[in-house]
Order: sequence, then structure tokens, then C-alpha cells
Amino acid sequence: MSEYIIKNGYVFDPVQGIKGDKKDIAIKDGKIVDKVGSGAKIIDAKDKTVMAGAVEIHAHIAGPKVNLGRIYRPEDKLFSCTPTHGMERMGGGASIPTTFKTGYEYAKMGYTTAMEAAMPPLFSRHVHEEIRDTPIIDEGAFPVFGNNWFVLEYLKNHEIENTAAYIAWLLRVTKGYAVKVVNPGGTEAWGWGLNCLSINDPVPYFDITPAEIIKGLIEANEYLGLPHSMHIHPNNLGNPGCYETTLDTLKLAEGFKAKNKFGREQVMHLTHTQFHSYGGTNWGDFESKAKEVTDYVNKNKNITIDTGNVTLDETTTMTADGPFEHHLTGLNHLKWANVDVELETAAGVVPYIYSPNISVCAIQWAIGLEIPLMMKDPMRCYITTDHPNAGPFTRYPRVIKWLMSAKARETQINAFKHKDKVLSQTSIGTIDKELSLYELAQMTRAGPAKSLGLTAVCGGLKPGMDADVAVYNFNPDKPVANPDDIEKAFSRCASVFKSGVQVVSNGEIVSNGHKRTLWVDVKVKDNAQVARDISEKFIKYYSMTQANYEALGHHFVPNPYALEVDATN
Amino acid sequence: METVTITMKKVSALYLEADTISPDAFAGKNAAQIAELPVFEGNVPATLGKYFEISGGAGATAADTKIIVKGDVKKVKYIGFKMTEGEVVIEGSADLYVGAWMKGGKILAKGDVAAFAGLAMKGGEITIEGNAGNYLGAAYRGDWRGMSGGKIIVKGNAGSDLGMYITGGQIVVNGNVDVHAMTHAEGGKLLVKGNVNSKAGGQMVKGEIIIFGSIDTMMPGFKPNGEVELEVEGTKARFLHFIGDMGERHPKSKGQIVYGNLYKKI
Repeated sequence: MSEYIIKNGYVFDPVQGIKGDKKDIAIKDGKIVDKVGSGAKIIDAKDKTVMAGAVEIHAHIAGPKVNLGRIYRPEDKLFSCTPTHGMERMGGGASIPTTFKTGYEYAKMGYTTAMEAAMPPLFSRHVHEEIRDTPIIDEGAFPVFGNNWFVLEYLKNHEIENTAAYIAWLLRVTKGYAVKVVNPGGTEAWGWGLNCLSINDPVPYFDITPAEIIKGLIEANEYLGLPHSMHIHPNNLGNPGCYETTLDTLKLAEGFKAKNKFGREQVMHLTHTQFHSYGGTNWGDFESKAKEVTDYVNKNKNITIDTGNVTLDETTTMTADGPFEHHLTGLNHLKWANVDVELETAAGVVPYIYSPNISVCAIQWAIGLEIPLMMKDPMRCYITTDHPNAGPFTRYPRVIKWLMSAKARETQINAFKHKDKVLSQTSIGTIDKELSLYELAQMTRAGPAKSLGLTAVCGGLKPGMDADVAVYNFNPDKPVANPDDIEKAFSRCASVFKSGVQVVSNGEIVSNGHKRTLWVDVKVKDNAQVARDISEKFIKYYSMTQANYEALGHHFVPNPYALEVDATN
Repeated sequence: METVTITMKKVSALYLEADTISPDAFAGKNAAQIAELPVFEGNVPATLGKYFEISGGAGATAADTKIIVKGDVKKVKYIGFKMTEGEVVIEGSADLYVGAWMKGGKILAKGDVAAFAGLAMKGGEITIEGNAGNYLGAAYRGDWRGMSGGKIIVKGNAGSDLGMYITGGQIVVNGNVDVHAMTHAEGGKLLVKGNVNSKAGGQMVKGEIIIFGSIDTMMPGFKPNGEVELEVEGTKARFLHFIGDMGERHPKSKGQIVYGNLYKKI
């Protein structure tokens, strides 16, 4: 493989504690190395910012729910098509881009790894076919466990070992990466037309509470020692006053310590925190509780979070939180799709317009920014838009602009129709903190990589790590004349390397790289009971046979990268 | 106002996607520059000049520009696409999407127009002297935002799914209208001087339908609400009043529930 040297850039790498020093980054055989030979190709990064490739910890970018959005929203593609260009294939879609456009857009912004946040196990084959067709970026997918009949039955009797054996089996057959939980118990309750809005609402028939599901899955996750922690979208998403449910959920992690060999320290990852930090009793007195939630997270080191920033766009919401999507379509009267996934989960899809003229949307925007600005440890808070739920991932440069420039925030606040309401219901107007590039690298690289247990692989520029490098046309030594320059610089990289292959040059795609599927291969002791339960459920309930369930082989996972875990002891 | 005349000289083998035939795209250009404007024949990029003889020149702004389209443009789509000002006169009949997403200005089609004319239009005026195809003033496939302003006048008949998801503006049809008019309407007005085929106003939330002729089959979700006398375009007459669609949600305004209104001349 070729050798490269990225010369004279301002390097920001929290993994090594490098804060904008002028340094050369050497690449050889796909890895960062100390030095390369004189024949190495030189990339001039003078006056530019150099960071590791960014890591997306939570986005909905592959699978049946995303595709349902694509199918039922032709209007999303209407004026957003990109024709064949250079080596890029045609693409389309603004909030739900095609697979190719997804890969290109992430790469152009300097992202090299991304996690699909909710894989319905029954449709893992579909998820992997889309992952396969998304070029450049390494991807993993989180199967959902929080409403799975096996899990509900085992955890009702607190059978941690059986739950763990089932998780290990499911991760292997679906080529999954982590334990995802969405509205624990509530989505199953949706099968009865009900929901679980607090952690103590019993799930019908199964007679278990969300609290028991959450604690049990944390225990099983640590029993196995998985790279990532239990990753949760709690109950009661998006409702005024939901922050109390969020705090109740976070408290369930108290007393648990991370046990793993990957350097991960948290036992719970709270996702799209913005949607879970609402106070008030209705949409009229709706207010931010970002302070209450971040205060708790700041104090409790065994929790990581991501933001879920509202970007003020027209988008498509999609979640395994079936009852929530039904609630949402009742609010905005737009088209609603709903799917039940047999013994495992459900999903809903509804378009949504975050209008700057609606006070609730503007307050949501403010909450999304308050959270990262109030977090004391940027290594435990990651920037996401819960793509496409709070906005498309292509808006990350704009979110970065708002976080790095108080002036940009002020401009946006002044543009809101209900500016006074935003200022009275949130504290965004009193925050003058501006994110530094080092903190940005923590929130988008080193932090998420650590939370995912990928510290040895990506998120940094330490020799030995994968050569995922992004070079931005941004000179940290020069004052920012116009905040829009920040957005522009982070939209299109000067160059991007993925595993040592140059994939972006001057903002254009120049290679499809060697995209990998990340998954977690856990060895557990043989568990005859779980094996019997699985085969029995397939015979009795599933609409397909066990033989047709597994996503295996070259067709689904052509270039796997397995993280090995031995949990036999 | 300056006038540009474009005359079809060579009918394309495939349908021509000519979203550049609009006063906004022509403004400030001379005949040679207009001839260079891009079009697509199928998926092959070409220029307007390949198919049209261009004479005259555009005004400095769209408002100062009038386009006269001559010759056989039955296979030309998107005439007047997204136009904001100025005028377009189509001497014959045109294909899909005439005046789609238009915001202002005037279009006069002397022949027929195919489906999706005035799609999601926000303002301006379209007059069709012949017949209109399906989905006149409707929303794009999948979208919930149909025509929201402006006026469409059809001298002949109109096809099915007229005004689907309309939220504002007015459509007048002198002839007859096919099935599913004003489905999902949430505002807007439809006046039909001829007859309406069945299923008008299905899932209608708000808006108004006035029918001078007959209606085949009423939607079962419309409820008789007495008789009223209305003056419509200078004609006074008595109408049966229906409200609906009762199967759909309805907003409240000043404490009153707002329904879709359907009036049928007695």
C-alpha cells in the first residue's frame, strides 16, 4: 500500500493530547506510523486542521425503516438528486439519502466510521445489504433488544446468563455490534395499543417493567464484556416533562462498573439526549431541562451521551419507538407508517418539519446545543442529530458552527419568530461558551470511539491505529471572520484517508476505499436451554425458519471486521 | 415587456424535460444565450436550441419577459416550471408539469395540458383553453403540500385527482371533472360549471367545492346541511350544502369546528 505524509497541519488529537501543534502525520500500510520513507506522497496541510476520521455513534442510515422512508417519501428526493459525477454514482434524498450518497456525504465531511443505531434482528439481512452498498465508511449496526420476547422472558426471572447467551447468539447471527434498547417494554406494549411512559409501567402479558429490562441488559452487557455499553433510547421520548423519566433511567446505572478489555468506562449510553430533556406539562409551558440532565451525567462517570441536535430542517422521523410515531402523526397529521416485527420490535416513520417559526422547535434547537455546552467532559458527550430524526447528518457542519460560535447562535436566536420564548424557556442566551477544536475532536472522534470500545482502532492519530484522517480547510490560528466559514470548512474536507486510502481530495470522492462491517463475535459457554428456546420460538412463532435468519457469507458481509470477546469464563 | 418566441423545429424522439422554458431562466438573455439553456431528452443533456428556433429576446427581468411557445410541444414537460413573474403563452398543447411549483406570473395554454399542471403552485395564474389532465393543482407524489395560492382556469374539462392536498388558491373548471377531486383538501376552492364524477372531497379537512352540474355519487362522509343561496361569479342560485368529510379530522376555529363545504346547485 502507498505511503503518505500529511505535512505541517495543525493537529488535534485527544488520544495523544495534541492540541493544535504543527505536526506531520505519517501513513503506511493502512496504519498511522511514526515515520515513512522519502518516497511517501506528500499532502500539504499548511494552514489546515488535521484530525482523526470522525466517528458517528448513532444514526439511522441502513435497513428497512430507512428504506421505508425512502419509498414513502418520493418528495424527499424531488429536488435533492445528485447526478453521476467523477467516480460518484448518482444519489438522491435530503433526509433519507440513498446508500451511495450516505457514504459520500459522510466521507466528504471527514467521517470514516458510522453506527446504524437500530437494526431489527429479523431484517438484519436487509440492513447488511444496505451497509454493503454504502461506500467508504466502516459501519456497524446495533440490534434492538429492549422489546425482544426472549429478553423479556429471561429478565422477568433475572436470568442474566441466559440473556447474555442469547445476546451473544443474536450478535453473531445478525452480525450486530451492540445492545440497543428503544423504549424498553413500551414498543412491545404498543402491540396491545399501549405504551410504557415510566420505568415502572408493567409490560402487558410479560409482566416486567422497563426498569427491570434496563438493569438486566446492563448486567448482561457487562457479564459479556462487550466493546460498547447498553445503548438506550429511554421511555417517554419527546413529551413535556420527560426529563424525569430520563433521570429515573440514568439512575438505574448506579452501582454498575464497566467490565471489558476495550477501554470503555461507561455502562450506559443515553442517546439523543435532547429528546429526553424536556420540562413543562404541555407544549405551552414546554421548557429545557438540559441543566438537570447534564448535571446528573456530569456527576456520574459511568454514563456517556449523545446530543440529537435539531437542525431546523424538514426531515423524516423514524424509530423503533412505535407508539411515539403514532403520537407524532397525531400532532402533525402527516403520513404515518407502522410496522410490527414479530417477536422483536416495531417501527414507525413520520415526516417532520422543524420550523424556526414554531416555538417548540426553536426550544428543541436550543436544548440540543445547551447539552454539549453544559457537559464538563467532552469525552462523554458526542454530537449527533439522531439522523434523520432531529435533522439530517449532512447538517453536522452547521451544528459545529453553532457550537463553535456564540455569534452564530445569537444570529439564529434573533431569526426565531418566538425569540423571547426561546430565551425564557431555555438558558441558551446566557451561554457564551464556544467549543474549541480540541473539544470538537473529543466529541466527534476520541470520545465516541472510546464509548464504542474502538480506542485501539479509530478516533485518534496514534501510531498503530487505523489511518483514518481528515484534513479541513480551517486555519485555527486565524480568527473566524464569519461563522459561516466554519460550516463551509467542515462541510467539505481538503483530504480524507480511510484505512490509509485517500478517499477524498479537494472535497471530491476519489476512492471507494475498502469498507468494512464492524461486528462483535462473543464466545460463551454452550447454553442448551437458550439453544432450545431459540429453536422452539422459530418453530412456534417466527414467520421464517432459523436457517433463513442468519446474515452470513460474502453476500451480506463481504468485508467483516470482528471484535472478539471471550466470555466463557 | 420583451417577447421571445420559441418555435419547435424538431420534435424529440423521447419526451423533453425543458424546465428552463420560464421567464426566470430567460431573463436578461438574448436569443443565442437562450438557445444554450440546458434541457434533457430522456437522460441525455441537450440545449433548447437543438429543438427550438428562438427569435426575439428576453427583458432584463422575468417580469419584463413574455415567452410565446409555438409548434408541436405535446412532448415537452415543465413549461413555466417554478416561474415567479412574466408571461408564457403556449399556442398548442403541452405535456406534464405546466406551471408546476410556479409562484407568480401568467401562463396561457391555448390547447390541452397533460397531468400535474399547476402542481404545488403558490401564486400566479394559469389559463387552459383546452382540457387539463389529472392532478391539476395537486401535490407532488407523496407530498402533502398541493396548490396553495393563485388561480387556475380550465375552459374545457379536467381529469381526476384535481386539487389533491390543495391548501389554498382557486380552480375553476368550465367543463366536467373526473373522480377524486379535492381529495385531502385543507383549504382552497374548486368551482365546477359542468358535472363532477364520483368521490369528490374524500378526506377533505377544509376548503370549498361548488358544483353547478351533477355529481355521480356523493362521498358517504358528506352530511347534508340544508340549502343556501350563493352568488357565484355573478350568478345567483340555490345550492344544497354538505359538510365533510366526516371521517376526517377537523380543526376548530373560534370555538367552531371547521369542515369542508360542498355546494351543489339545485
